[in-house]
Amino acid sequence: MSDLEIQAGLGRSPHAGTGGSTRPARPARRFGLAEVLAGLFALFLVTAALFPALVAPGDPLGIDPLSAFQTPSPAHWFGTDESGRDIYTRVSHGTGSSLLIGTLATLIGLGLGLVLGTLAGMLGPVVDFTVNRFLEVLFAFPGLLLALLFILIFGPGVATATVAVGLATAPGYARIIRGQLLSVRSSAFVEAATVLGRSPGQILVRHILPNTLAPLFVLGTLGIGQAIVWASALSYLGLGAAPPAAEWGAMLSAGRTYIGSAWWMSFFPGLFIVLTAVAATALGRGIERRMRHS
Amino acid sequence: MSGAASRTAAVRVRNLVVGFGAPGTDPVLNGVSFEVAPGECLALVGESGSGKSVTARSLLGLAGENSWVRTDELSLAGTDVRNLTAAQWRHRRGSDVGLVLQDALVSLDPLRPVGREIGDSLRLHTRLGAAARHARVLEVLDRVGLPDSDNAVRKRSGELSGGQRQRALIAAAIALDPPLLIADEPTTALDVTVQAQILDLLASLKRAGTGILLISHDLAVVGRIADRIAVLHDGRIVEQGPANEVLTRPGHPVTRQMLAAIPVDKPRGLRLSPRTAAPVSLAPPASDRAAAPGPVLETTVLEATGLVKRFTRPDGTPHLAVDGVSFRLKRGTTLGIVGESGSGKTTTARLALALTRPDAGEVRVLGQAFSAATEKERRRLRPHLGAVYQDALSSFDPRLSVEQVLRDAVAGGARRTGRGGASVADRARVLSLLDAVGLAQGLLGRRPLSLSGGQRQRVSIARALASDPQILICDEPVSSLDVTVQAQVLDLLDELQRDRGLSLLFISHDLGVIQHVSDQVAVMLEGRIVETGAAAQVFAAPQHPYTQALLGAVPRIGY
Amino acid sequence: MAEVGRGSRVARVVLSRLGGAAFVLWMVATLTFFAVRLIPGDPAEAILGGPGSQTSPEALAAVRAEYGLDQPVFVQYLAQLGRLVTGDLGRSYALNQDVAPLLAGQLGGTLLLAVLALSLAWLLALGLATWSTRGGRVAWYVGSGLEIVAAALPHFWLATALIVLFSVWLGWLPPISSAGAAGLVLPVLTLAVPLAGFLGQIMRESLLTALESPFVLSARARGESERGVRWVHVIRHASLPAISLSGWAFGSLLSGAVVVETIFARPGLGRTLLNAVTVRDVPVVVGAVLIVAVGYILMTLLTDLAQRIVDPRLRAR
Repeated sequence: MSDLEIQAGLGRSPHAGTGGSTRPARPARRFGLAEVLAGLFALFLVTAALFPALVAPGDPLGIDPLSAFQTPSPAHWFGTDESGRDIYTRVSHGTGSSLLIGTLATLIGLGLGLVLGTLAGMLGPVVDFTVNRFLEVLFAFPGLLLALLFILIFGPGVATATVAVGLATAPGYARIIRGQLLSVRSSAFVEAATVLGRSPGQILVRHILPNTLAPLFVLGTLGIGQAIVWASALSYLGLGAAPPAAEWGAMLSAGRTYIGSAWWMSFFPGLFIVLTAVAATALGRGIERRMRHS
Repeated sequence: MSGAASRTAAVRVRNLVVGFGAPGTDPVLNGVSFEVAPGECLALVGESGSGKSVTARSLLGLAGENSWVRTDELSLAGTDVRNLTAAQWRHRRGSDVGLVLQDALVSLDPLRPVGREIGDSLRLHTRLGAAARHARVLEVLDRVGLPDSDNAVRKRSGELSGGQRQRALIAAAIALDPPLLIADEPTTALDVTVQAQILDLLASLKRAGTGILLISHDLAVVGRIADRIAVLHDGRIVEQGPANEVLTRPGHPVTRQMLAAIPVDKPRGLRLSPRTAAPVSLAPPASDRAAAPGPVLETTVLEATGLVKRFTRPDGTPHLAVDGVSFRLKRGTTLGIVGESGSGKTTTARLALALTRPDAGEVRVLGQAFSAATEKERRRLRPHLGAVYQDALSSFDPRLSVEQVLRDAVAGGARRTGRGGASVADRARVLSLLDAVGLAQGLLGRRPLSLSGGQRQRVSIARALASDPQILICDEPVSSLDVTVQAQVLDLLDELQRDRGLSLLFISHDLGVIQHVSDQVAVMLEGRIVETGAAAQVFAAPQHPYTQALLGAVPRIGY
Repeated sequence: MAEVGRGSRVARVVLSRLGGAAFVLWMVATLTFFAVRLIPGDPAEAILGGPGSQTSPEALAAVRAEYGLDQPVFVQYLAQLGRLVTGDLGRSYALNQDVAPLLAGQLGGTLLLAVLALSLAWLLALGLATWSTRGGRVAWYVGSGLEIVAAALPHFWLATALIVLFSVWLGWLPPISSAGAAGLVLPVLTLAVPLAGFLGQIMRESLLTALESPFVLSARARGESERGVRWVHVIRHASLPAISLSGWAFGSLLSGAVVVETIFARPGLGRTLLNAVTVRDVPVVVGAVLIVAVGYILMTLLTDLAQRIVDPRLRAR
C-alpha cells in the first residue's frame, strides 16, 4: 500500500456509498468550500505557471542589495532574500517549473505503473506473479530511496530528479492499477456481459478499460501534489534544481542558511508546496466523489 | 423480580413519534402504541422502510444520531424511561431489555470469543467474579441449546455455524434474563431448517416468561410463535390484533396485500400482487414463439448431465461443490432448484451459464454442446440464454445508465455508435423492453444505484430479455426483496413466461417460492440432487427425508 | 490431530514468510548490484578520486585487483552475494573504511528516531481519529482537514517551521539535534506529524465503519458505555488497517530520516546515505539501501504478526 492508495481511498467496491451511513452526507452539496478554495488556488497556480508576469510583474532574478533581508511588507509581500530579490515574485515565477516537474514526474510514474499494472492484471497468473514479486522488491526501496539510487547512477539535476520521482512513485501506481483491473475483471457486470455474449475485446473496451482508467484521473491529481513535495525535497537536498533557480525546493534550500534571521525565505516557498499538495488532495477527492455518485 | 413484575407489561409504549433531523419534522414513526406482557410475543411486521427497526432501537433509547423521540408513555418493566440520563439508560439496557439482531456473524464482535460477548452483560451489570461469570455463561449457553461441548465459549462468531452463532447472540441478550427480548429479524439470514429451530428457541423463552417483541418482514414466519401481530406501514400501526385473526381475517389492505404475496401453497400461475401494481403490458405477445404456451412440447432446451465441480478451500482441502448433478429443462416450463446455503445451487447456475468450467459432465443448450464448446462457439448460443442474478446492482456497470445498459443488451454486441436508423430501432426495442417489465420511461436516464431493489431487478430482467432468449436462468432473483415486491417480480416472470414461452431455470433457497413457480423441482443437498420430479408430486409426497424436513420447516399461515 | 494440523500450518506460514523475505532481500541485492554498474565511468577511477584525478595505470590496476573489478561480472556478483551473507558490505570509496561497521554505528540513532516517530504518529492519529468521530459534524470536518494538511506537509518545511518556532523564536529547544532527549523532540515531531496525517485518515475511516457495525449496536443494547464500545470493541477493528500500513510507514520513516537528519545535523543512516550519494560513494549507498530494505522487510513481517494477533480470523489462513 502507498500513500496514494490511502488518499484515493481505494479498496471500496465500485458501488460503495449505497448503505445508510451516519457520516456527514458529503455528496449533498455540489461543491464543498474546500473544493472551491482548492480550485481557486489551482487557478492561481496555473496562471502563475503560464503567465508569471500577470501575477508578479517583477524580475525573479533582479538583485537589489540595498533591500536585502526585508521582512514581509506591503512592498514585498513575502519579504526579500539575501540579494534583495522579491520572494513573492520568485515563488510565483517558480510555480511553472515546480508544476512542470510534478506533472512530468506523475506522468512518468503513472505511465510505468500502467505498463506494469496492465501486464500483471491482463496477462494471466504467471506474469501476474512475476510482476507482483518485482513490485514487492521495489517496495523494499521505500520513499525516496529508489529516487536516491537513481540519482546516484545518473547524477543530480532537474531532469534526473524528475525521472527519479516518477520512478519512485511507479510501484504504487502499478499496484493500484493491477488491483483495479483484477477487481473489474472479476466483477459481476463483466460476467453479465459475458452471459450476454460479448467478446473479450468488446468487454475490454466497453467495461474494463473505462472502469480501470477513470480512477487514474483521480490518482494523477492526487499524485501531482505528492510528486511536487518529493521533487522539492530532492532540490532541497541539493540533488535536483539548484539555486538561484526559482524552484520552490531550491528556494527553501537557499533559505536554510538564514533560518535564524530571515524565516520568510524558507516559509513562503514551503507554504506554496504545502498548499499545492493540499489543493491537489482536495481536488482529487472531489473528482473521485463526483465519479462515484454521479 | 417475579411476583409483582410479572403483572406489569415488559414494555408499554403509547404514541411514539420518532424522526431524524429537525425536531418535529418528517417523522419516520408516527404515533406507534403497543405493549408486550411477560410471556407474550408481539410481532411487529412491516416491509423495509416501514419503521420496524427504528421502533426497536427507540425502545432501547438508541434511536440514533440526529434523532428526536416524543412519546406519551414509554415504560420498561413498569419503569418510566422517558427522561433517563445516558448512565441510567445503560443500566436498563441488558437488564430490562435484550436485543437480538439479524446476522450474528456481524452482530457479535467477530474478533472476540462469544463467551466474552455473552459475559459482557454480566460484567456490566453484576458484581460477579470471573469464575462465577463463566459458570453463568455456560448456563445461558445451555439454555439456548448450545451446550459447551465444543468449547463454544472460546470460539468467535466466524467459527460457529449460522444456527450456533444465532443461539450465542440470543444467549448474549438473555444473559441477565431481561423481562423483554427484542428480536429484530432474528431468522432472516438463516436457512429454513435453522430458522425453525431458532423460532422454537424463542417460543421456549416465551413460555418461560420472557416477553418477546419479534420484528419481521415475513408474516408467515411470525405466525409460528406470535400471540399478537401489529402491522406497521409508513410509520403507523395499521392493524393490530390476535395472530390468528390478523392472519386469517386481515382488516387492512396492506395486511391483505402482504398475505396475498406469500407464495407458499399458492398454485402456480396465481397472481401474488394486485393487478394495478404494474402497468398492463400492451405489447402484443411475441407471436412467432408464443404459439404453443404451456408444457405441451416435450423438447429439452437445457440439459445437464453428471456435472461435477471441485473447489479448494482456503485451508487447502478440496471441496465438492457440485457432485454429479443432472437435470433437463423442458420448453416452456420452469425447473426449480431448491437448496440451503452451501448446497451448490449457485455453482450449478454458474455451470449452466458456462461461467465456470465443470470438472466432469456437460451442459447442452438447445441440443448443442455448450459447456464443452469454446467461448467463441458458445457466443452463438448465448442469445438464447438470459440470466437474472440475486444482486442485480453489481451486475450493472456502475458507469452506465439504465438506458445504456439496455441499449448495450439490445445492440447484441454490434457497434452502433452512429445515430443511424439502427439506433432508432434500438431505442424502440429499449422502450418496449421497459414496458414489458413494467418500468416507466422516466427511469432511462437514471443509474441503477439510484433505483429501488424491485426496479433494479426489473431492469435486470429487461436486459435478460433483450436478445429474445428461450431460456432464463434466475439465481435467487427475489431473495433480497420485500415480500410484496417479490410477489410483483414473481408475477412478472410468470407473465413473461406465458407471453413468450420462456423456459425458466429458477434457483432459490426459499421452498415457498420454488413451490409457487415450478413445474419440475430438484432438491439439492451437499452438491447433489437428492430428489427430483414434478413439483406437485414432490411437494405432496416428498420421498427423501431431507425434502420432508425442508417442507416441515417452511413457515405457513394457519399451520 | 487438530493440534498437529495447526502446528504444521503455523510452521508452513512462518516458513513461507521467511522464504519470501529472503527472496525479496536477494532480489534487492541483485537489483542494486546491477544498477550501480550502470554508473558511467570506471569504478577504479572513482575510488581513486574521480575521473579528473591523474592516476597511474599501475595504481588503477592495483585498485581493480583489490576490489575484484578485474573479474568477470558474474564472478563479482557471486562474490558480492557471498560477502553480503557474511555481513560484509565492502569498503567505502571516500572514507577508506569498512562500510558495515560504519553504518552499524549510524543505525542506532536512526532506528530510535523511526521507532519514536512511528509510536508518536500512532498516538496522534488515534487521538485525532477518536476525537473527530465523537464530536459531531464540526469535529469531523476539522479532523479530516487537519489530517489532509498534516499528510501534505513536507519534512523539510515542517522541520524549518518547527526550528523557527521552537528554537529561534521561543528558544525552548535546540535547532541542532544534540545528544540529549531535548534534541530528539523536533526531529521526531517532524517525522511523526505527516505520518499521523496518513494513518489518521485510515483510522477514521475504519473507526466509522466499525462504529456503524451491528456488533456495536449489540454491545450498546447490552448496556456498554461509549468508552467501553470504543475500548472493548471498536479500537481493534479500527487499528487493523493502520497496523497493516505500519510496515510501509516504517520504511518511509527510514527514508524520511535522510531529510530530517540533514536538517537537524543529526548523525545517522540517512545523513550518511545523502553524503554518500553526493560524493558517489557507491558501497556506502548500496549498504545503506540494503539496511533500509532489511528494516522494511522485518517491519513487514512484524506487522503481519501483529495483525494475526489482533485479528484471529487471519490465523486460519
